[in-house]
Order: sequence, then C-alpha cells, then structure tokens
Amino acid sequence: MRLFPQSLPDVLDRRVTGTGRLLLMAGALLIAGAIVLPLWQIHLVAPQYQEGLDMYIYSHKLVGGNEGQDITEINGLNHYIGMQAIQESDFTEMQWIPFALGVFVLLALRAAVFAKVSAVVDLTVLFVYFGAFSMYRFYYRLYTYSHTLDPRAPVDIDPFMPALIGKNQIANFTQYSFPREGSALLLLAIVCFVGAMWLSRPAHTSEA
Amino acid sequence: MRSRISQSLSFVLLLAFGLGLAGCGTESSSTGADGGAPASYVPPGEKDNYYLFYSGGHSGNVWVAGLPSLRMIQKIPVFTPAPGMGYGYTKETKEMMGEYTWGDVHHPGLSKTNGRYDGRWLFVNDNANNRIARISLRDFKTKQILGPIPNSMGNHGSSFVTPNTTYVLVATRFSVPLPKGTYAPVETYEENFNGIVSGVKVDSTTGEMSVGWQIKTPPFNWDLGSTGKGPSHGWAFWTSYNTEMAHDSLEINASQRDRDYAAFVNWKRAAEIVANGNAGTRNGVPFIDPAEHEGVMYYVPVSKSPHGIDASPSGRWIVASGKLQPTATVFDFKQVLTAIENKDFQGEFRGVPVINYESIVEGEVPVGQGPLHTQFDGEGNAYTSLYIESSVAKWKLPPWDEATAQDMSKAVVDKISVHYNVGHIVIGGSDTKDPYGEWLVAMNKLSKGRHISVGPSQPETSQLIDISGKEMKMVAEAYTPPEPHFAQVVHKDVINPVEVYEQENNTHPEAVWEQQNTGVKRTGPNEVTAHVIAKRSQYYPDEIEAQVGDTVIIHLTNIEQVSDMIHGFGIAEHNVNAIVDPGETKTMEFTVQKAGVFPFYCTNFCSALHQEMQGYLAVRPQ
Repeated sequence: MRLFPQSLPDVLDRRVTGTGRLLLMAGALLIAGAIVLPLWQIHLVAPQYQEGLDMYIYSHKLVGGNEGQDITEINGLNHYIGMQAIQESDFTEMQWIPFALGVFVLLALRAAVFAKVSAVVDLTVLFVYFGAFSMYRFYYRLYTYSHTLDPRAPVDIDPFMPALIGKNQIANFTQYSFPREGSALLLLAIVCFVGAMWLSRPAHTSEA
Repeated sequence: MRSRISQSLSFVLLLAFGLGLAGCGTESSSTGADGGAPASYVPPGEKDNYYLFYSGGHSGNVWVAGLPSLRMIQKIPVFTPAPGMGYGYTKETKEMMGEYTWGDVHHPGLSKTNGRYDGRWLFVNDNANNRIARISLRDFKTKQILGPIPNSMGNHGSSFVTPNTTYVLVATRFSVPLPKGTYAPVETYEENFNGIVSGVKVDSTTGEMSVGWQIKTPPFNWDLGSTGKGPSHGWAFWTSYNTEMAHDSLEINASQRDRDYAAFVNWKRAAEIVANGNAGTRNGVPFIDPAEHEGVMYYVPVSKSPHGIDASPSGRWIVASGKLQPTATVFDFKQVLTAIENKDFQGEFRGVPVINYESIVEGEVPVGQGPLHTQFDGEGNAYTSLYIESSVAKWKLPPWDEATAQDMSKAVVDKISVHYNVGHIVIGGSDTKDPYGEWLVAMNKLSKGRHISVGPSQPETSQLIDISGKEMKMVAEAYTPPEPHFAQVVHKDVINPVEVYEQENNTHPEAVWEQQNTGVKRTGPNEVTAHVIAKRSQYYPDEIEAQVGDTVIIHLTNIEQVSDMIHGFGIAEHNVNAIVDPGETKTMEFTVQKAGVFPFYCTNFCSALHQEMQGYLAVRPQ
C-alpha cells in the first residue's frame, strides 16, 4: 500500500461512490440547518443572576435570553465598565456568514452531483478555512469589546479576555462560552465530507 | 441552580470543533436532613406551596405570607399610604384612595370560577369607610377602590365571593338613617335606622366593580357571611348580633335574646328583581325592600350573638355559631328549600318570613366556648375557632350515625389549644368546592408572653396547625403586625404573577422609553411637566426647573425590564416618593411653594451606583 500523499493525485480523479454522495448531500443539509440554529452561547452567572443571562449567536442574528431582554441587561451592566453596547448591527459577519454557508451548501450539492473527489477536497479545505476564519472573527470580536473600554467609566477594570470556549471569571460574573447545535452540525458536515473521501479511497474499492 | 446550569450545558454538543468545555462545577445542592425541623420548615432558597393572604385590619393593608413557612413575603397597601411602595404618593394612587388615609381590612375573598379559586383577584373590605377594593393577583397591586358604598355604613360583612365571581357580597355592621347624611336622634334607632346587604357586581373580564343591588334590612348589626354553592348556589348567608335593635350599651343590650337572626338571601332573585326593573333606587343604586319582593330574603334564628356562618364544601350544610352559646348549629339547606316551599315559617319580621328553626336544623354541636367561625377540610370535617377557650375544635359534619345524633358531643373528635384568644382560622380553599386541607392557620388576638418582649404594643400570633392526620398538631408560630381578621390560602400554582411590566403592555399615556423623548417643558402659566426615565443608575433628565407657585407634574418611567429592578424617586422636603417597578410609569403632581434647590434621589436601592442616582429640582423665586 502506497502512502496516502503519494496516492493523492490518483485519488483526486476518482469518483465518489454512492454512499459518499449521500454523505455529501447530508453535509449540505447539515450546513443548511446550521444557518437557522444557534452556533454559540454565552452564559453569564452572578450571585444576583442565578438564573443566568444568555446571549445566543446565530449565523445571522444575535439573540438575548429572556425574550431578548438579557442583551439589554448585559449592556446595562457593561456600561459600568465602559464597554461599548453589543448590538447586532455592529456584526458585519452576520451579513456574509449566512451567504457563505449558502455557498457551501451549493458546493456540497455540486460535489454530490459531479461526484469528483477533487471537488470534495476543495469543499472540505475551503470549509475548514471558513470555520477557522469565523472562529478568529469571534475571538477578535470578544477581544475588541473587552479591550476597548471607556476610560470615563465608573468602574475601572483592566482589559480582559472573555473565554472563547469554556469559562472565565470576570469580576462577580462567571462567563461560560460554548458551541451550540449549529456548530455541531457544521462539525458533522466536515465529518460527512471526510467520510465521502474515505469511502472513495482506492483501498476501499480496488485493493481490497 | 447548579443543576439548571448543568442542564443547560448537558444538551450542548461539545464535540463541535473538537474542543471540550472546561468543567463548570457540579456541587450538589445539599438540602440535608431536616434534623428534627418541623414539617413546616422551608429551607433557605426553597419555596412555599401556598400563598397566605392576611387581612391587615386597621393597618389598611394586606399581608402576603408563604405557607407552610409562615414567612412574611410582602405587604400590599390598599387603603393606607405606603411610602416603601410609593403608594399614596402618586397621582394615580392618591385618586384611588380618595379622601381617606386608612381603612379597616377584615375579610379577604379570592375570586372564583366554578366554585374554585381562579387566581385573578383578591377582594378586601374597609369596615371603617364602607369601601371594597380589588387587588389584581397578576401584579399584587390594588386596582380599584369602590366606595364609600351608597347607603352602607360599616362594611364588615364582606368580602364574600359567589362561585363565579358574579358578585362580591357585603353587609353593614352599623345602621344609620338613610340616605346617609340624614339626621335622626339615636333614640329613634328602631324606627329611623336601617342596615343594608349589597351585591357588588364584578365585570367578568376587567374585574371592575359596581353596586348591583341593595336590600334594606332592619337595624340589625350584620356580622359575618358566606356564599352558597351546590344546593345553596344563588344564596348568601349573614349572621347578625343585634336583633334587639339596641342603640346604646350594646355589650348588655344587644345580648338579651337567646337567638339572633341570620339572613338567608337569594341573590339570584335580587339580581332578577333589578333586571326586571322592579327595584327602586336610592342614591343612584338599585334598592329592594324585601317586604315587597317575596323570596329575596328570609330570617333564620341562630344561637345567641353569632359571628360566623359558613357553607360547607358541598353547599348543603350551613354552620352558624353563637359567641355566647357553646354550640355550632348545622342547618340542612335542602330542608331550608323545603321549608320555604311549604311556607314553614315561625313568624315574620317587618314582612320578612322567619323560617321554622326546628324544620331546618340538623344538629347543635357542642364545640366549646366562644365559637366564632368554622372552616372545612374537604374530608367531612369542620373546624371551629373558640375565642373564649383559646382553642380550635375539630368535629364531624353530617351525616352522623345514630349514637352521634343522640349525643352530639360525639361529633367533636379533637381539640387543640392556641395562644391566645383565636379570632379567625383559615384552611386553604375552605370556601371552595375543594378545600386543600393539610394546614390550618389560627389567627390569635393576643400574643402576650409568646415572644421576646416588644413593649406594650404587641403583634398578633399566627399558629400553624397540621390537620393532615387524625389529630391536629401545632407546628409553628409567627407574628404579624395588627391585625389579621381573616385570611385566604391559595395554592401557588393557581396564581401566575408578572414580575416585569413589559414595555408593550405599558398603557400610561405619558410613558417615555428613549432618552431623546425625555425633558422638562413649561405646559402652562403655572405648570411644568417633566418626562423622566429611570434606569441603573441615572435619571434622564436629572434636573427639573420650576418657579414658586408652579404645579410640577413628573411622569416617571422605569425603563428596566428585569425582575426586581425597582427605582424610587423621593424629593427632599416635598413629601413626594414614587416607586416605579420595572416597566412601570407613575405620575407625581405637586405644587412648589418654596424657592431653593431640592435634591431628588433614588429611594429604592438599585445598583452599586444607587447612591449616585440623584438630581435636582431647582425652584426659582417668583
């Protein structure tokens, strides 16, 4: 058996098998689902907010818990440390990310129809790059909000970095940040794409 | 709480992007063993199962406690200003309270649908100024005060709610010459004075109250009452303690007859008479003379100087007790209907038939001394408070076996001491078709020696009695300010309160929500109007300019939309303090009479910078 990199050019020209094509279509569906499901959640707990304050990040919108009230509340609290108000309209990502996800749905369907491994490889590489870039933008947003504090704010606090994933203690608040269903679907889509490639490997079809 | 967090985390798919979530701590909420704590113990952080609404007596308030803990939770001001809640200091509440600054709340009554509590409203009476108030249980606030009710003096015999809250029934404790405002010498009491029983109509949608009808009565002193259900649906019952019609030294002169009269009133018939246009009017309200309208009212002899008269959950047994006779009398309402049909009367009084006592009485139960009133557990038992004996008697309702019928003392199955001089007792849902049973609260008039001393002014005791077993068990006691006369108990799930007034539901015409809509304007030659918003920790605007002689109108909106984020607005040296709950708008209106600069500030602690939440009312000299 040759090493995988050596076999790659051969593999790229191979066709994706029946099950692999189904996986690609499944991946397209999963990405479509991620457009409407929450991708991430930030959950804040403090002694006087035992029930927690929640912020849900979707591909196209920002939703506060408690019928939206939690974002008003978070902004109200943040004004004490001079943090700029978090507003959906400031997130330009929410205009292009749903579009980009739509493009990936089409690319996945295209790969399923043309059934070329090279198309699947392109799709997967681009999609992982997109995911990494989106995570970077998320990190950048968190960093910017928590490092651009109004010096005239009543409460002086050193700039800080909220948790991207996991938890962090900020003054009296414990902040939890974690992926939600939408992110899980995106991850599963990658698994589908890799699965489609795996099923198309030569060993599977000819060297058995 | 921890478990809620871990719940919310548990459905998160942590696989995404191959990253795991750092553990968020899952210490279990150790409730621990009760270690001998009483059955009523509700540990910190846990909640009661029932609301207990106490009347606040001459405090003019309603107290809200939790059951079984007896922990006082809140006060609902009704007839009396309460600066802690801004009640009586805003335009809206001042107008509602009218010219009086106190009331005497005796008997709260919960609204019902199909004979069960529906959690919509609580009605309370004002014995002093002849009013009745409606509290909404959506926000625990007084919404309407009706009265002084025309022709009505001493609104004691209320608030008794009919099974579908069609009416709240009220009766007069005192009699005066009618219409009110008429003078007659007190010596002419018998000829010139009258009492009244009234049906206060309740709008089924809005709860708005209006006087539906009134029935003229002799100058008896109507005491307590209740409404019928089942076979007695459509009827209401009141006792009276002065059928002697004495006008002085009532202690002696109203205690001469061995039996006084209860009134059995067919309120459906009264409503019919009004609907058919056959009632007269007096002082603008429909007015019925029962001598002219057969079937609207009957008298029933009851034992001496009675207080309570209560309809059993089935509605068949009507229990009345005389303070000065050691018995509770059980009437069979089916026999009452038969007696009325057969005109089985033992006489009449001023044209109103007196039903033949012997024909309708099922039995006289020797409950003990000073029986006041009776509650029911829904298991066929009745509980009567015994003022003189300082105890509560538990006894069996009919049907009785032969031995009990022969010796009524056998009906009494248990007795428990209370401390001291019990007035009312309450069992949750006793006046509904399905009482909760489980707990009985005794509201005792004297607490002396039961608590560390607070000097000569002493509170009342409430004692919690477990009635779930065969024998009553004293479980806990607590103290309330003066003076619960009666209470209502309702399961917590029946009530569904709001904790925030949502912005879209705020209908105050002067509410403002955005900073750019706030401001101070001169709205007349001698009038300044300010639209102010309050939020943590700032008023917009925080400066109000006026001139001596101006009427200053401040519309204050609390734009917070989270639970318990309450703001105040107290102005120094102006007797003004408004409290606005989240999403609420209130109006303050006052005249500035002195020049100077007067701080206003948030009186209700709101945030770390609450102390900074202030502004100035700057008053220029004229």
